[in-house]
Amino acid sequence: MVAFIIRRLIQSLFVMFFVALVSFSMFQFIGDPVNQMVGVETSLKERAELRERLGLNDPIPVQFFNYITDAVQGDFGISYQQKRPVSQMLVERLPATLELSLISALFSLLVGIPMGVYTGLNRNGFLAKCFLTISLIGISLPTFLIGILLIFFFSVTLANLQPISIFGLFMLDPKIFQLPSFGRGTVVDLGWWTTGLLTVDGLKALIMPSITLGLFQLTLIMRLVRSEMLEVLRTDYIKFARARGLRNRAVNFGHALKNTMVPVITITGLQVGSIIAFAIITETVFQWPGMGQMFLQAVTNVDIPIMAAYLMLIAFFFVVINLIVDMLYYVVDPRLRIDTGKGSGHG
Amino acid sequence: MADQVDKSQGIVSAPVPKSGFLDMMRRFFDSDVWHSFKSSPITIFAGVITLIYFILAIFGPWIAPHDPFDLAGLSLMDSLLPPAWMEYGEARFPLGTDDQGRDLLSAIIYGSRVSLFIGFASVILAMVMGIALGLISGFVGGAVDAFIMRAAEIQLSFPSILIALLINGIIIGYFKTHPEWQVDQVTLAYFVLVLSIGLSNWVQYARTVRGSTLVERNKEYVQAAHVIGIHPIMIMWRHILPNVLGPVLVIATIQLALAIITEATLSFLGVGVPPTEPSLGTLIRVGNDYLFSGEWWITIFPGAALAILVLAVNLLGDWLRDALNPKLR
Repeated sequence: MVAFIIRRLIQSLFVMFFVALVSFSMFQFIGDPVNQMVGVETSLKERAELRERLGLNDPIPVQFFNYITDAVQGDFGISYQQKRPVSQMLVERLPATLELSLISALFSLLVGIPMGVYTGLNRNGFLAKCFLTISLIGISLPTFLIGILLIFFFSVTLANLQPISIFGLFMLDPKIFQLPSFGRGTVVDLGWWTTGLLTVDGLKALIMPSITLGLFQLTLIMRLVRSEMLEVLRTDYIKFARARGLRNRAVNFGHALKNTMVPVITITGLQVGSIIAFAIITETVFQWPGMGQMFLQAVTNVDIPIMAAYLMLIAFFFVVINLIVDMLYYVVDPRLRIDTGKGSGHG
Repeated sequence: MADQVDKSQGIVSAPVPKSGFLDMMRRFFDSDVWHSFKSSPITIFAGVITLIYFILAIFGPWIAPHDPFDLAGLSLMDSLLPPAWMEYGEARFPLGTDDQGRDLLSAIIYGSRVSLFIGFASVILAMVMGIALGLISGFVGGAVDAFIMRAAEIQLSFPSILIALLINGIIIGYFKTHPEWQVDQVTLAYFVLVLSIGLSNWVQYARTVRGSTLVERNKEYVQAAHVIGIHPIMIMWRHILPNVLGPVLVIATIQLALAIITEATLSFLGVGVPPTEPSLGTLIRVGNDYLFSGEWWITIFPGAALAILVLAVNLLGDWLRDALNPKLR
């Protein structure tokens, strides 16, 4: 187990090093940083001084080394466009993105797993077929289109509907279902973290973006759980459990569902990473003030420090998540612990 | 998915005798693939839809009622007209017009053309690159193999949209800071899109082809080719390549849907095709600004066109995967 973790750690470091190399070479490839930072009227002498101060006259390997040491300490340089430290800008926008990603991951798990179990158990049921058809459409609709459709329905159409009378008993105003289509709503500042989870406004603002972001993952998890359930339900120990006279509920959830969880954990872990990356699209559609939106602005403005820092941060998230998933494997699946050799089964 | 495809190598390896086109057609209509196509109504439906899109894309300029790029034919008086069946709609513009008075139906036909072109071009780029690297990786082995596969693994651990965005940003940035390159805006946008989508999707092909190559490399016919002194590049090209192409076709179909989505997404995010010659994604982006003022058709129709195209290609890809993979039957 320890050897495995160390090996994975070394691999992760290698990946981070490679990503840092890519980030660093962006600075070399695209334009002259000095030109980007100063105005037109800056004299050649001042430019030369700035160049010296930034260390741009050092040999490339030395520059790379300096870049990495700074990055490890959380210093990603200064944005060309906004003239502010990139790390500060990232920290400001991190809570919005992480909160959105977390909620949509939870949404896709809490809805996707039950749907997957249901479609696995009732293979030929009408509802199961409906779920599968919807999931196919969900995969074919690009994320941004789902977002636009949600906005169109919940923010535009509902706002234009007249109140309807329900059985003549009371009037239902469709506007109470109307959802905000941009921004985070009211956020509470906790000093180091801003959260929208504590206000009704903020929670309402979270609904549509997190559904948009989580829908693709939801279909993925649903299909995965379904096929795993079908696979597991065919095995002998399930037949044996039934033969023992266990109730359906115990067999389905106690025996079958438990064993479908290993691939679900893997995929979910990997998907959390792509949720953070796909947040770029959702944040643009809903004007969500997160990191993804900042990255996109940086791409259009050729703001290399932000692009490089975002890339490294995302890579870091991916690497950490992958490590956690690998370790969870060992926790969840006892068979893996035996396979590591030397009989260290209790590690 | 790549693993499923991996195992299916060697199934389309039946040599086609060079006895004319008619014979080939007869063999095709005799085959299992055609049979499974015929027996699945959904697949036939998806095939027809895809075919319609292809025809529209190829013959678009002759089919479309208006030329949306012809500035002289546009009139601001016609802007933001609703679809023909609604109040104020005009029969000249069946699906309404956008903010510049362009006929939306024509814009969608031209837009599908752009989307399909970029989709195809980037799939071909990714395919050529992936096949070449996969063949080299599997055939040469050793350090070259290790290097290519590590690079592939690192790239695979990031979503392709992120990599496409990054490559996109780098190339655009390069051209912005190097004004000595005099390039046309639209050509540049096409070039950047094809390159970024292609480069972000080569990994799947490379891994599949490498897997199949590793199997083929040790077979007797390859050893025989070695013995009679054929150049290794020739062995890769003439002997191994035809035997590893089956799974590649399946991946390419599925990747076409993905490439179209990626192009639309990049265009929607504003780093793709410029609004002067819009793709479906650009149309949706433009229309999105008018969603709140009630002009829903500018967004919804291109969106529906995109969704239907992707759904049809996806269905075809799913079917092809099952049809070429006997293990799943």
